[in-house]
Amino acid sequence: MSTKILICMGTSGISAGAREVADLFQKEINRHKLSGEFQVVKTGDRGLFRDVLVDIVTPHLGRVTYECIKPKDVPLIVENHLLKGEPVNTLLAGKDYEQFFAKQMRIVLANCGEIDPEDISDYIAHGGYTALRKALGMTPEQVIEEMKRSGLRGRGGAGFPTGRKWELARASKGNEKYLICNADEGDPGAFMDRSILEGDPQAVIEGMIIAAHAIGMTAGFIYCREEYPLALERLDIAIAQARQQGFLGKNILGSELSFDITIKRGAGAFVCGEETAMIASIEGHRGMPRPRPPFPAEKGLWGKPTVINNVETLANISHIINKGADWFSSIGTEYSKGTKVFALAGKVKNTGLVEVPMGTPIQDLIYGAGGGMLKKKVGLKAVQIGGPSGGCIPASILDTPIDYVTITQTGAIMGSGGFVVMDEKTCMVDIARYFLSFTVSESCGKCIPCRVGLKRLLEVLEEITAGRGKEEHLTFLQEMGTSIKESALCGLGNSAPNPALTTIRYFIDEYLAHIRDHQCPAHVCTPLVKFTVIEENCTRCGQCFKACPSGAIKWQRKELAHIDKDKCIKCKACINACDFKAIA
Amino acid sequence: MKINASDIKKEIEKYPDKKGILIPVLQDVQAKYGYVPGEAVSLIAKELSVYPIDIYGILTFYAQFHLTPRGRHIVTVCQGTACHVMGSKAILDYIAKILNVAVGETTKDGMFTLERVACLGCCGMAPVVMIDKDFYGGCTIQSVEQLLDKYRGVVVKK
Repeated sequence: MSTKILICMGTSGISAGAREVADLFQKEINRHKLSGEFQVVKTGDRGLFRDVLVDIVTPHLGRVTYECIKPKDVPLIVENHLLKGEPVNTLLAGKDYEQFFAKQMRIVLANCGEIDPEDISDYIAHGGYTALRKALGMTPEQVIEEMKRSGLRGRGGAGFPTGRKWELARASKGNEKYLICNADEGDPGAFMDRSILEGDPQAVIEGMIIAAHAIGMTAGFIYCREEYPLALERLDIAIAQARQQGFLGKNILGSELSFDITIKRGAGAFVCGEETAMIASIEGHRGMPRPRPPFPAEKGLWGKPTVINNVETLANISHIINKGADWFSSIGTEYSKGTKVFALAGKVKNTGLVEVPMGTPIQDLIYGAGGGMLKKKVGLKAVQIGGPSGGCIPASILDTPIDYVTITQTGAIMGSGGFVVMDEKTCMVDIARYFLSFTVSESCGKCIPCRVGLKRLLEVLEEITAGRGKEEHLTFLQEMGTSIKESALCGLGNSAPNPALTTIRYFIDEYLAHIRDHQCPAHVCTPLVKFTVIEENCTRCGQCFKACPSGAIKWQRKELAHIDKDKCIKCKACINACDFKAIA
Repeated sequence: MKINASDIKKEIEKYPDKKGILIPVLQDVQAKYGYVPGEAVSLIAKELSVYPIDIYGILTFYAQFHLTPRGRHIVTVCQGTACHVMGSKAILDYIAKILNVAVGETTKDGMFTLERVACLGCCGMAPVVMIDKDFYGGCTIQSVEQLLDKYRGVVVKK
């Protein structure tokens, strides 16, 4: 076995300089004339954001992980580790790295960071396409039965049972049926689909081919957002290689199944994540949803039966076929089976993708994989789950297990798995305003509750954050929010009031502080911030002075800081830099 | 801008099946010219037998399309949830201030166009700024100023 040098080269790895590191490794190896023994593998990101991660797998030392590698470290690693067999201890990944991966159960993400996503033979060497062979040996009904027994539910948001969806589409009449992979990951705060497509695109393609066999599909589409250039590039390569190997095209692996995949690039509209809007977009129209029924499984793309599955859902398929429904349904809780990938971000120490069994308590993600809060002195306030359709869950109920049923009871939704940690410096009224401004600008404008109702919610929230709020606004937000939820046409409108409703439910005190006292307790809402230094809290550390871009802060060692109001541009850099709540 | 009719035809002929190709053709045209010029809209409308108004309907619906020329470098500030929590609004406002443009506008010298995006999907490195196709994570008000200088070709003092 030759030695492998695995380098994380997803979007985040590349932005941290992974390309230079990989090139330098190759150059050093060539210089030492060792290309026969050492192989540089450019993998996708494995989940943790730690600049450039490099794993070296040698027969005698096993697997050794380096983190935050800069180009200047490469010759040192080559010299010591590769040539002398002595790892460079000062560059090894630390405790955070171990803690991040310790309690994960990686099924969907298993290959991310392990294989070269641009080389199908690496995927095959890691057990790829064995599930397809197995599935082709089963009848379509058997495959659907296996999916139903596994209890897999759609990972895109609504959580509809996948096997049931397939069964409905199989029962629909027609010779032409379409499969769409939903890779239009528009939820701000979610990035698992991007990482899967960048790190293991063949798994998604294999899942699609198995679905095509089970349902009787003739053609497939991957609707991927244009904002993911690397994912699109790797999908292109992956589809071409799958075609070359006979996994796509006519009579796949000698069977009767003929199926091929076309990539459709999204053009930047959040609402296109909704099934019927996505169909309209692929047909070449404005991405506007239509009333259901008829459901896409009966009448979808170009009027033909269509199944739309999310990237993460499809990446689960081959594992279920290979290891069986019993194995899959043994993971998770009664109504939520398997694992879920969460995009851990915000005010937490370790950020990245975490895959855990369903039913894991929320706090385990923050204090386990997340390694705790970003700043020790600034405590946890809430976790936002499910993006603009979800809600904010307060620190007091973070023992809530994550599954479809329990999360819905809190007023949030599972959504696609966005998981943004918020600390005491986050204003919950501002967060509600932020999400509403997002959904208002993304509303397609077709139905009145969403087009007009959300706009009214936003206007009221803007009044409150500007310090002009009234107490009757709270009743208005709740009544209007509830009626939008009941009357909007599609999922966007149905769930858009959730961020406002959950923040009122759990953080009413903050709303009242804005309305009654004209104060923003987190000092986020600019009109309510006075930009003065609180003498008794100021430790004279000078952090605010260093952060100020406009030279408005006067400070000298061991002296109280002072803000010059004429020079202040109200950017709040000082408030973010201060750990002592000394600027209000 | 001078639009070459045969170029547009070529873009359309790339697609053997004409079903649902309007958006891909517009994407190709934008990739070529940096925006979708009015002349191109008339040409595409004729070639695909659709009304120009339907094309404008699409162009104004999707955030990706632009009807006016853009700057040499596109500065996109992510406004996703994680970025918002990490202070991206202040970064956007600051860049707008130092470039003296509003979001969506281009600087007078044609160097930068400032844009915002709902989410770039790099939430782990929030707050994120994308310039052209390069991603920059963990941005601060100070770091973006240096970043812009880099694209202006100014040597940054260490």
